[in-house]
Amino acid sequence: MSKDWLSRLSRVATIILLLVALSVISPAFLSAQNLTNVLRQASLLFLLAAGLTVVILTAGIDLSIGSVLALSASVAANFIQQGWVWGGSLIGLFIGAACGLLNGLMVALIGLPAFIATYGMLWVAAGFAQVFMKGEIISGFPTSFRLLGAGHLLGIPVPILVMAAVLAAVAFTLRRTSFGRYVYAIGANREAARLSGINIRGNLLLVYSLSGLVSAFAGLVYVSRINAVESTIGEPLLLPALAAVCIGGTSLFGGEGGIEGTLVGALIMTLVTNGMNLLNVSPYWQSFVMGAIVVLAVAIDQLGSEKAGRT
Amino acid sequence: MGDDFVLQFEGISKQFPGVKALEDVSFDLRRGEVHMLVGENGAGKSTLIKILAGAHRHDAGRIVINGQPAEIQNPAQALARGVSVIYQEFNLVPFLSVAQNIFLGREPRHPKIPGLIDHARMNAESRALLESLGVDIDPRTMVHYLGVAQQQMVEVVKALSVNAQIVVMDEPTSALTTREIEQLFAAIRRLTARGVGVIYISHRLEEVFQIGDRVTVLRDGKWIASMNVRDATMDVIIQAMVGRTIDRLFHRDFMTDKGQVALAVRNLHRHGVLQDINMTVRCGEIVGLAGLVGAGRTELARVIFGADPYDAGEVTIFGRTLRGSPVECVAIGVGFLPEDRKREGLALILPLRENVVMASLRRLFPSGIIRRAKERGVVSDFVKSLDIATPSINRMTKFLSGGTQQKVVLAKWLCTQSRFLIFDEPTRGIDVGAKAEIHQLMNELVKQGAAILMISSELPEALNMSDRIYVMHKGRITKELSREEATQEAILRHAMGVTI
Repeated sequence: MSKDWLSRLSRVATIILLLVALSVISPAFLSAQNLTNVLRQASLLFLLAAGLTVVILTAGIDLSIGSVLALSASVAANFIQQGWVWGGSLIGLFIGAACGLLNGLMVALIGLPAFIATYGMLWVAAGFAQVFMKGEIISGFPTSFRLLGAGHLLGIPVPILVMAAVLAAVAFTLRRTSFGRYVYAIGANREAARLSGINIRGNLLLVYSLSGLVSAFAGLVYVSRINAVESTIGEPLLLPALAAVCIGGTSLFGGEGGIEGTLVGALIMTLVTNGMNLLNVSPYWQSFVMGAIVVLAVAIDQLGSEKAGRT
Repeated sequence: MGDDFVLQFEGISKQFPGVKALEDVSFDLRRGEVHMLVGENGAGKSTLIKILAGAHRHDAGRIVINGQPAEIQNPAQALARGVSVIYQEFNLVPFLSVAQNIFLGREPRHPKIPGLIDHARMNAESRALLESLGVDIDPRTMVHYLGVAQQQMVEVVKALSVNAQIVVMDEPTSALTTREIEQLFAAIRRLTARGVGVIYISHRLEEVFQIGDRVTVLRDGKWIASMNVRDATMDVIIQAMVGRTIDRLFHRDFMTDKGQVALAVRNLHRHGVLQDINMTVRCGEIVGLAGLVGAGRTELARVIFGADPYDAGEVTIFGRTLRGSPVECVAIGVGFLPEDRKREGLALILPLRENVVMASLRRLFPSGIIRRAKERGVVSDFVKSLDIATPSINRMTKFLSGGTQQKVVLAKWLCTQSRFLIFDEPTRGIDVGAKAEIHQLMNELVKQGAAILMISSELPEALNMSDRIYVMHKGRITKELSREEATQEAILRHAMGVTI
């Protein structure tokens, strides 16, 4: 318990430290516009990381989220551009869920390691997206669709509201539903969960399908915001999402962590990027810093749990 | 006189957040003696040993080794002072050879070529060490292929090879057969003959009298008594351990009329594991399943519960023929308390609360939404009624002692309101007090109409708790014994496949 509090505290402290440091270094940071921007960027990262968090809690992994995002967004965009906003969106979500279900079937029924199954899906979905787009860019969507990514509601950018809604929904699901308990139980000890009569296959199918669905949803928000799509938009998204989950304290071994941590992880990632942009740090160094942060965050967690484990 | 002691604990205290694990504990170990350390789970034995091994630091008191105060701050320092601890979970590397394990980290160097290991010398020295303890193992064998007993021997040899003067054994016999235990005891006697002092932790009190020279009892983190074994009796030790007299270790109320058939197994067959199994268990009775290690008892239990597949035959529970899955079994009121509670019974990194309700979420919260207050209430009730020793229902399960963990698994199945329970070694590695409580609970359960199938390697437990006993040998049921027919001799004879 005490370790939990400590690591949570250390994460929140990191954010406060970043906020203070950045506002001192760069006066532009504290402007309302920049802060809104940070939150909006964080929301995209968080959405993609949300489904991944649930998968990782079951001691699994989903490497296909970026590609699934790209594929579903590409297909959806094609319809949406022609004015079929709802139909296109639903098709996109359906494709995402179907890819996730396929992942789930490979992991839960065939028993492939999640790493391999979703790694395969990463390439398959990316390939489909490229075949579908043929290297083209679709851009210029109806205003009604642009609301999702670029619109405002009561003065708040819609992606931020979406982030809050997804956070609340996932937090509730993980903490207050039987399904959430099964997610943790499967991740903490799959055999004990099975011998407790928990339906491992069914729950894993659901978890991977949800991950695909959430990825597709994140894709819609993303496309709506930048008002364009090409087949490769997913590629650079997987690793930051994975980093957000890890920095957020969700254990890759499963059963430990939660969605709140992932929000914090996404915020830290975005703040650091934002700060480096304000300071004109070269993109090459930015990758270096990101990598170091991920390793440090997990190492601090590891050391903390070793200490706690001894008492 | 002082020279006689290889180790002295003087007023050791250790405080963990919320718990006083050890309070002013003093006792000593003589050269060449076997000093038994007994006490209930949570009495402080493990903490004391971990302090000696350098895994914990004590808050007060001192440790004296060979008359010199010893600062032990980490495992390396413990090793340097001649302390060698053999834990229940062995610290062997499975895919290295016996010799490589014995010399792990201290491999002899090749005399001519620098950087290479002198395998010939390592194997020869290992062989000599093994022979000196009367152990017949080829040092080139991969540890992975050894049985538990042989792995234990390798641990003993490893301790010997580092010239340990103090060897600590934590429940070394819990997974051994009678013959293997005798081999281990012979090895221990050879250790003590060389002047090594052995601290021996055990829950099997009869071992105190078989191998011990002196015995020290701890209770609730305090030193209670130390005595020479030849002056002690079982009753005195038990009383010191629990602080009260346990008058009836095995108490059963046998009922004359049994209820409906809970379990019926017909011609069950699993290739290479189970052959032609037929059995029934009725409500209101405890049916024992006896046999040697490897007879197929656990395998049978797992097949019945749907955890493993079978090739032919039929399993019927409460009149329903099952297709074989734990999901189905749990849904109709079957509970399974596995032998290896840490790996199969509990999610150790989750709180106690979540483990207790893990199998009952569908029953407690049919809507799928968890109501916190109700959950807290249900779990708190079990903590009270089973007397589960925990500071909070949110305590992470891995921090609970072995007996307490077993009670959590029990609570999990009581929470599902199971009417047919399969208990696989329900009291293994559990102290006398918790054991009596678990037996009492089993008695209550069958009185209320539940059916229990109990696997037990402990003959007194099987004999005293069971209405009937099935004996297994090599995957078959060789005999069904009524309560009247069941004796230690009868069980052993059929367990070993003697047919006369």
